[in-house]
Amino acid sequence: MKKLWELFTTFFRIGAFTFGGGYAMLALLQKEIVEIHKWASEEELLDYYAIAQCTPGVIAVNTATFIGVKQKGIIGGIVATLGLVLPSIVIIAVIAAFLKNFMEYKIVGHILGGIKAVVAALILDAVVTIGKKAIVDKVCIAIAILSFIASVFFSVSPVFIVIAACAVGIILKGRKRGGENNA
Amino acid sequence: MLKTLLLVYYEFFKVGLFSIGGGLATVPFLKEIAMRYDWFDLDMLSTMIAVAESTPGAIGVNMATYSGFVAGHSAGGLMAGLVGCVISTLGLISPAIIVITLVSKAYKKFRDNHLVQSGFYGVRPAVTGMIASAGLIIIQAAFLKGSIPAYTGIWTWVREFLGIVDYKAVILFAAAFIALRKIKVHPIWFIVTGGVLGAVFLM
Repeated sequence: MKKLWELFTTFFRIGAFTFGGGYAMLALLQKEIVEIHKWASEEELLDYYAIAQCTPGVIAVNTATFIGVKQKGIIGGIVATLGLVLPSIVIIAVIAAFLKNFMEYKIVGHILGGIKAVVAALILDAVVTIGKKAIVDKVCIAIAILSFIASVFFSVSPVFIVIAACAVGIILKGRKRGGENNA
Repeated sequence: MLKTLLLVYYEFFKVGLFSIGGGLATVPFLKEIAMRYDWFDLDMLSTMIAVAESTPGAIGVNMATYSGFVAGHSAGGLMAGLVGCVISTLGLISPAIIVITLVSKAYKKFRDNHLVQSGFYGVRPAVTGMIASAGLIIIQAAFLKGSIPAYTGIWTWVREFLGIVDYKAVILFAAAFIALRKIKVHPIWFIVTGGVLGAVFLM
């Protein structure tokens, strides 16, 4: 019960403070999931992101479900996801019902401007921290740079990038047997 | 009204099941819904996207919530709207819960498999690169007050480009990045501080 409550409140906090989509959530996940609760390692977090990209549904929801299921089975997955979406439901319902001209308030734009600048810094910081775990050799550096370029300049689908990178990994590392492969 | 709410669940279940690759991947599905039902029009959809991007939470979830409210509201007023936004959100997350529960079992079982390990060895840096690219998009949105000017010769372009840079936002970004490396507080406090400083200084 305590664990379920923790899952719910943790993802509620994450849902309430995620600005700018699933990737912007990374800094919050890293703090809450890896550092505070130790529900997953940084590598696992990246694995979840990769899987969340390639499976149907919103990335943030998929990641929350994944972490919840790992902790407490399907109930954990449901509770974590409900925690994540509850702030959205409350905030959007209030805006849709009572603040129809929400976007026209000047102060909203200013607050968001400040938040975006900080979120950009949070993402950069998270990329540096997580990159240290993900990028273990020169091949990884090349994959990271190519994925960045493919995504920024050619708008290649994330699904395709994940599949291609997975294939590269298997081709380069897959043939050696597990035991001999500690380099 | 009940029929509308059931339809809302069904439609957003489909959105959750078929949209792959992040919040904005749901937009084409929402367009289709706008065409097929009289819940909201394309004009309303663009407002919903703007609000979804400007409020906390996953963008895909926010859009589903908003659409559900509007659909319910059109069928039966405020209460139906409130029920509608819960229903559409539940519809959106239902397939994810089913699919991810299955995938998670497979992940647990095969995580230590050598081939799977090799696959993730390639995938992890790729995801890092994609997160960096998402960061770049947010940096662009935070730093530039307008769209990037058309190329009209190097010096005029540079001058026009520098004209749309929001220097206060750049300073805030740099200060936040340095502070992040020095102070280990919860990211929430950075986000709150950013919002307050934005309200005060980015006028």
